[in-house]
Amino acid sequence: MNRQADYVLRTVQERGIRFIRLWFTDVQGFLKSVSINPQELETAFTEGMTFDGSSIDGYARIQEADMLAVPDPATFQILPWRQEEQVARMFCDITSPGGAPFLGDPRTVLKRNLAKATDMGFTFFVAPEIEYFYFADSGPDPKVLDRGGYFDLTPLDSAQEYRRKTINALEKMGIPIEHSHHEVAPSQHEIIVRYTDALTMADNIMSFRLTVKEVALEHGIYATFMPKPLEAHDGSGMHFHMSLFEDDRNVFAGDDGVGLSKTGEQFVAGLLTHAREITAVTNQWVNSYKRLVRGFDAPIWVSWGYNNQSALVRVPTVKANKPSSVRVEYRSPDAATNPYLALSVLLAAGLRGIERGYELGPEVPGNVLEMSSTERKEAGIERLPETLSEALDLLESSDLVHEALGDHVFGWFLRNKRDEWDRYQHHVSRFELDTYLPIL
Amino acid sequence: MTVALFPAESSEPVAVALAIAGLTPKLVDSIASPDTGEAGEWSVLVVELADEPMRRLRQIGDLTNATGVPVLVVADPAQFPLIEQASGVTDFIANPPDAAEIGVRIRRMMKQHAADEVLVYQDLELNPLTYQATLGASPLDLTFMEYELLRFFIENRARVWTREQLLSKVWGYDYYGGARTVDVHVRRLRAKVGEERAGWITTVRSVGYRFG
Repeated sequence: MNRQADYVLRTVQERGIRFIRLWFTDVQGFLKSVSINPQELETAFTEGMTFDGSSIDGYARIQEADMLAVPDPATFQILPWRQEEQVARMFCDITSPGGAPFLGDPRTVLKRNLAKATDMGFTFFVAPEIEYFYFADSGPDPKVLDRGGYFDLTPLDSAQEYRRKTINALEKMGIPIEHSHHEVAPSQHEIIVRYTDALTMADNIMSFRLTVKEVALEHGIYATFMPKPLEAHDGSGMHFHMSLFEDDRNVFAGDDGVGLSKTGEQFVAGLLTHAREITAVTNQWVNSYKRLVRGFDAPIWVSWGYNNQSALVRVPTVKANKPSSVRVEYRSPDAATNPYLALSVLLAAGLRGIERGYELGPEVPGNVLEMSSTERKEAGIERLPETLSEALDLLESSDLVHEALGDHVFGWFLRNKRDEWDRYQHHVSRFELDTYLPIL
Repeated sequence: MTVALFPAESSEPVAVALAIAGLTPKLVDSIASPDTGEAGEWSVLVVELADEPMRRLRQIGDLTNATGVPVLVVADPAQFPLIEQASGVTDFIANPPDAAEIGVRIRRMMKQHAADEVLVYQDLELNPLTYQATLGASPLDLTFMEYELLRFFIENRARVWTREQLLSKVWGYDYYGGARTVDVHVRRLRAKVGEERAGWITTVRSVGYRFG
């Protein structure tokens, strides 16, 4: 038993914690939890907790159902809500009964990709900007809080209050917040999380989404990370700011301290080259593609630029003498992505650019959306896939994604998402009824 | 740093050994119900079991329960089996004691006791025995590394530490993530202690961090 585990055992005893939730994530990015009591904790550390893997989406078939959840003591955290009963959580790694890492576990997938970065001498740092909506309830007809009928019921600043409480809870959980604000769309909010290493960040994003939802629930409202809930307004994105460090040196920072280095350019070239094939992972739902449309904030063209808000990859302006802040922002992922898998494919794409020395094309300085299709064609600017189906076709033929996700996740993801698309194709929508029924 | 000795009229070999070891113990008349404030001042209590071992071992159990003071028992070899059953005895030595041995034992216990003492900075308390931190009256929820970093800062305040120094002293090895790990943890600690106390840890530009 190491000192970290000892620390957890002591804390559980001293603080009178009744339940410890062991957290892990399924392939689609849903948080799963096994609750254990303090008496079982020591066993969980030394042997892992057995659970039925066949009940988790994308994990095991019935005949290989038994799996172990092994808690990572470094992630031990008492949950800041539900004060009346002390509950703590730890993230788990999933293994087979024999102790081999389970390749269907998204956290294991990310660890495997991070190990590759480590082999190349890099540490991968990430900071996300996460958007979400508050609605009155989870019913199929979204009711925004801060305009129209609901204006009377909840004063405008009440949403600010929910956001403030959310941020307090996040900071108590060791998830520092850089900044937050009300977004352009009604009832939409954005919280920017301070950077940390990619594995911790993926864990943090899982905690983040739950915390936002828990705080909303406490106030009798509903929070959603659905990519595009309101047709007439921007959807909810999860932009990733990314950088690679070699010890203390930001390898993305160019010699002038503000621009990109050669390595940084190669990473961006990797992202752009593979952008279309990784999109099914970063934007994994039918609804994700309703956000990636013309006329809104989300990027739809594969391009990059310094501080260009319409580009897929933006290189933000940093203050002079802050080379550690040089980073690239990837803007297409949505708020309902699986952070472990999204960061896996983004890292894999960027690293391939470095490994194979990809050349970065010229930046697009203006607004890509205002270019004519001929201009875009001449500049070699491609469009991100327009539907989940197109994205899956691109994913299926991608060696890069196959390698990054591994056989198990790659195969399951394709089957599951093809099925989702198929179910959607069967659906006759409001649009069709309104448009066609009166005239055909 | 007070070494207490009970009974006040201990046997000559014990008194002599302590004197040779360079210790001048405070003589205690009773350990049955000492003022806990008084017992709290003792770094180590030496008890000679002499002719009433059962009674004294029982009193030691009660006393350590109440105060946590470390106890060194001086016992005849025939009394050793009793010590095995007793609670609250930190260490023991055969009677008559060797002066060099009793000196080393007591000083080791003092050092250990000091390491276990609660660390205080303003309204923050860290208890190294239980790993718990409190801020005012409320518990502060820290991860292990946040706890270790805060403990290091409190024990070594008012001087500037570079990120590399903090990494090697707190993490103790070449931690994955390098010196940026320190920045991440400092930011997390500031977030957890709250805005009004975030200034406890100051960033010293292009050098590192200072606490207090």
